Amino acid sequence: MSVDISQFYQVFFEESLEGLDNMESALMALDTDNIDAETINTIFRAAHSIKGGSATFGFSEVASFTHVLETLLDEVREGARGLAPDHVDLLLRSVDAMRGMIVTLQAGEAIDTRDSDGLKVQFEAILSGDQHVPEAAVESVEVADELTPAGWKIEFAPHADMLRTGNEPIRMFRELAALGDLKVQCHTNKLPSFDALSPEECYLSWTLTLLGQVALDDIKEVFEWVEDEADIAYHALAEGTVDNVADYIDNAVAEGGADQVVASPRGANEAMVNDMLTEVPDTNAAVVTPLKEHATQKDAVASHSPPQATAKAAPKTAPKPAAESSIRVGTDKIDQLINLVGELVITQSMLGQLGEGDSEDFTQEKLLRLQEGLSQLEQNTRELQESVMRIRMLPISFSFSRFPRMVRDLSQRLDKKINLILQGEQTELDKTVMEKIGDPLVHLVRNSVDHGIEPPDVRRAAGKPETGVVTLNAYHQGGNVVIEIRDDGAGLNKERILAKAYENGIVNPSDNLTEEQIYDLIFQPGFSTAKEVSDVSGRGVGMDVVRRNIQELNGSVDVKSQLGKGSTFTIRLPLTLAILDGQLVRVGDQNYIFPLVSIVESIQVGRNQINQMAGGSQVLRLRDEYIPIVYLHEIYSTTADLHSIEEGLVVVVEFDGGKYGVVVDDLLAQQQVVIKSLETNYRRVEGVSGATILGDGTVALIVDIAGIVKMGGAGQAIKQIETMVKNMSKAKVA
Amino acid sequence: MSNSAVSQEHDNGGMGVGSAHADESGDQYLTFIMADEEYGVDILKVQEIRGWERTTPIPNAPPHIKGVINLRGTVVPIVDLRRCFGLDQVEYGPLTVVIVLRIDGDHSSRTMGIVVDAVSDVYSLDKDQMQSAPNMGDSFDTSYIRGLATVGEKMVMLLEINELLDLDDLPSDKELKQQLKAEA
Repeated sequence: MSVDISQFYQVFFEESLEGLDNMESALMALDTDNIDAETINTIFRAAHSIKGGSATFGFSEVASFTHVLETLLDEVREGARGLAPDHVDLLLRSVDAMRGMIVTLQAGEAIDTRDSDGLKVQFEAILSGDQHVPEAAVESVEVADELTPAGWKIEFAPHADMLRTGNEPIRMFRELAALGDLKVQCHTNKLPSFDALSPEECYLSWTLTLLGQVALDDIKEVFEWVEDEADIAYHALAEGTVDNVADYIDNAVAEGGADQVVASPRGANEAMVNDMLTEVPDTNAAVVTPLKEHATQKDAVASHSPPQATAKAAPKTAPKPAAESSIRVGTDKIDQLINLVGELVITQSMLGQLGEGDSEDFTQEKLLRLQEGLSQLEQNTRELQESVMRIRMLPISFSFSRFPRMVRDLSQRLDKKINLILQGEQTELDKTVMEKIGDPLVHLVRNSVDHGIEPPDVRRAAGKPETGVVTLNAYHQGGNVVIEIRDDGAGLNKERILAKAYENGIVNPSDNLTEEQIYDLIFQPGFSTAKEVSDVSGRGVGMDVVRRNIQELNGSVDVKSQLGKGSTFTIRLPLTLAILDGQLVRVGDQNYIFPLVSIVESIQVGRNQINQMAGGSQVLRLRDEYIPIVYLHEIYSTTADLHSIEEGLVVVVEFDGGKYGVVVDDLLAQQQVVIKSLETNYRRVEGVSGATILGDGTVALIVDIAGIVKMGGAGQAIKQIETMVKNMSKAKVA
Repeated sequence: MSNSAVSQEHDNGGMGVGSAHADESGDQYLTFIMADEEYGVDILKVQEIRGWERTTPIPNAPPHIKGVINLRGTVVPIVDLRRCFGLDQVEYGPLTVVIVLRIDGDHSSRTMGIVVDAVSDVYSLDKDQMQSAPNMGDSFDTSYIRGLATVGEKMVMLLEINELLDLDDLPSDKELKQQLKAEA
């Protein structure tokens, strides 16, 4: 049995996409005046391996396209040819086209070669612009034709008992029809006379003609289940014969039609044949058009004129989510895991030995060894957990790598000069977090390019260098990953933000806002200060979505800005979503967990530091700040031990740029907790972000800082709600 | 013997119905005792029976939600049936029993526990052995009672678990707030 190479498809797709990313970034780094050999080699190698891979797997469209690309790159590499900036553009577009093809293949769809054909023509024009047309290019065209026959003729003769195994020819034909233009010709010569006919046997055989560039494997896949129950032969229809195919088909249809009429009155096979009769006219009509298209394409190639279609060489459709995703993990990480598991096994066998024997055997000495073993187990577990987590970590360059291209395209479109600097690309981040942070990052970078960086003349007038700088920086800080998007553009205009906020009624002119609070307004829904809505950004949906997306990841985003100097957006994200560094606190007889990242400090306060505000709420004077105070037991409607604030502790937390004091009875240990959802079996609870299981097996709730701050603000209403809940449940019971 | 019992089941409890072993055809119900009354739940919904343990209360939850427990790593809410049925509250101790039920919703299934006094028996009951719950007027919602059955001399209330533990029926905080606003 032959090896099923389709199992390697996924690897090929992933490697190709990776190669394309490399190609793209190398192209971006390419200086056309002074071509660096190493860079061009990188591009060449990527193209070369994609070509090799796609030819191996029978993706001939990709292979033939890449071949032309490779030829050009090879000449550049050998110094036989220079590279103009518009050649780089063309190469970038072809990277897009190839990415489009591979994504289409990955989704299991047929490739549309219009984009790539257009580009191919352009490449060939460049190549032949040279005095001698490289022989390889000519060869490639031939190779391409060989690899992609114009169609297939399939002889399909099922054995008599095929229908008994539940295989239905009609269904197979439908699948074939999805691959290309299908002609079905039915042979009824084996049909016995009516009295000899057994309704469960198959007497028919077919000749199928499939037009279009279809890989043989795809066809074979359709017949995979009946390989042993039918005689199947495949014949490729060569390019040259295409013109005759139409005639051939017409004849075939005519014959087939006649056959079927004869066949139709005959018992069991009748329904099947009728089905076919209805299907034939459809396919017949469809057959003519592709042939014509083929002809026009040939004309286009002959005239060597760059077709208009190339303008939209971008990948057409959003990539379908691939059925299975995988990540590449460094072997060092795997080795480390194996070592740890080895240690775990040793610890386990040591503990197992201790457990043997009677209870009388259990001596003091054994107890000591047991404790030692348990502490070893604890260490093993923690290390194993960390290593497993590390497997999910990817360098943030996966997310950053798309920006050079994006900034380049945007700056061309907006006529701005922008230099993008990437820093800290090796900073590692959880894969799920990485996937979700992509869109918000794109939005912020677009914003910086569109609104931040000014046009060159404005910059010149302001005494700044014409070329603006956008910096993307990532680094670790505590248990967080911080991503900064910094530009040296115009900065945020406080007056304009305020004016807009008054206009929208988000704030009142009487409110006295700090600078930070004003800048924070841009994260409000429906807020955009762009004078004109451009196609890049400024529709007023965005910043609030960015903030919401980041908050969903338990992260935060804030902005600092200086008029005329630029702005900096800072995103803070947890390293992972599954585990949280927590501070255990006690309120009454219950323990709760605060996310450690949101705690600024925990202090004991005296009564004299507390001021009553109108409406019954309290503020704490901490150094020079007034901080609103909430009592956790009031928000959670439980009881606390404390009678006044000096008996408890105030945990100062930070949320959305503001500080709040949360009063609890006591601070307990700090520990890492595994986050469990309450929603799985219950429902969302306001003020609680989840639950976890403590060392003693009890459940502790994780405090949702944003939630309790909101609930605390409406402290009065909450109390009313409490009484209402009580009344209503009484009513329900009564 | 069970067949004769089935035929006479409309005699309003005249004759006893055999226990689970006697009749294989009907649905099986696990019954439990609360305040001397016997209640039954569909046995296929029962995941396990375990002893009472201290729960972690959920903030601002309705009074009949006792809290959550750790059931081998998942967080499972516990419903106080005495509270639901308006029975007197008793102190829960180590002899109190929690029946863990698996409830199938539209999209997903949920695991919840109910606190009861004691587990009683398993009965097989046919549909026609069941009477629908009497209409008690507006004062008492009987939608969560699937039916009444007679076993021996006793009445067994068969509960519609999905109905009983439907959380969406309970007013959420948001709804309460809106109501509050409307009243103000």
